[in-house]
Amino acid sequence: MDNKTDSRMEFNRGFRKGLPIALGYIPVAFTFGLLAVQGGLSPLLAVFISMSNLTSAGQFAGVNLIIAQANLLEIALTTFVINIRYFLMSLSLSQKIKSHMPAALRSVMAFGITDETFTVASLEEGEISFSFMLGLVCAPYFGWALGTALGAFINSFLPSALQNSMGIALYAMFIAIVIPAARTSKAALVVAGTGIGINSLLTWLPSINNISSGWRITISTVLAASLGALLFPKDSEEQCRNI
Amino acid sequence: MSEHLKAVLVMAAVTYLPRMLPMVLVKSKIKSKFIKSFLAYVPYAVLGAMIFPGILYSTGKLVSAVVGFAVAVFLAFFNKKLVTVALGAIFSVYLWETIQVLL
Repeated sequence: MDNKTDSRMEFNRGFRKGLPIALGYIPVAFTFGLLAVQGGLSPLLAVFISMSNLTSAGQFAGVNLIIAQANLLEIALTTFVINIRYFLMSLSLSQKIKSHMPAALRSVMAFGITDETFTVASLEEGEISFSFMLGLVCAPYFGWALGTALGAFINSFLPSALQNSMGIALYAMFIAIVIPAARTSKAALVVAGTGIGINSLLTWLPSINNISSGWRITISTVLAASLGALLFPKDSEEQCRNI
Repeated sequence: MSEHLKAVLVMAAVTYLPRMLPMVLVKSKIKSKFIKSFLAYVPYAVLGAMIFPGILYSTGKLVSAVVGFAVAVFLAFFNKKLVTVALGAIFSVYLWETIQVLL
């Protein structure tokens, strides 16, 4: 097989895996578009935010601050803190992509790292190619933009009961990713369970529950993954791939 | 440039940097066994932390969220596809909320 067919197949494989993510993004983006316009932003700017940021929590927080007329430094710090988790995801993916990939391609595919594309990509078997990642990000990117546009321009396209129920889509998708893995690997089960436990403590314990969701996810991730590394260290390359 | 646009560009920059820097700067395979294992477990840790307790607040009502949660776990346990699990959870929450209104 020549290289061109190979990368087209990789792109298609990624594209198909991205479709459910895109589906889950539309209602969330819709809500974002709606809130941004209700807060006084222009519909076009709302769509531009989604196309240049491609993140949920950071966009919601950033737009709230813009609406509240916060200063640039405050906006930068808040969104940065929410996005620190991407640092861990990017580092984790850096070990999973083909090692000879040039920096230019790396910096393009890094733009497409979201909570959802990251988890789908990292549970792939073996190394990840640029074409796969491009395909994977494609539908979610346009789904995110489309959902925002619908929310920003149309304003009332879904009945609220349906809109509410669609809020669970991304969580259900995460569950569909993690449960099969946790069933076959004790390490995955322990690490995911620890993540749940720590995040629950951080969310509900009275004295510490005022920290932002970005920090909660980051702290839970670092602690749970460290515990996993201590309890179930991986020796060979082989083991690293088939956790 | 308008103040809004400036703010959006700043947001885009601080969102892109943490995504880009590690991937571009760390080009070799990390040797340390601990760090390698740690990074391999990051996806599971992130998944756990992102699912719960966030899912409980995802539909606006605790009970319907628990219903959707249970349906998603059930479907995922039998290795159903991502789309099936997502649609099953959405549908069950919708059904639950509709029934609540009727009763």
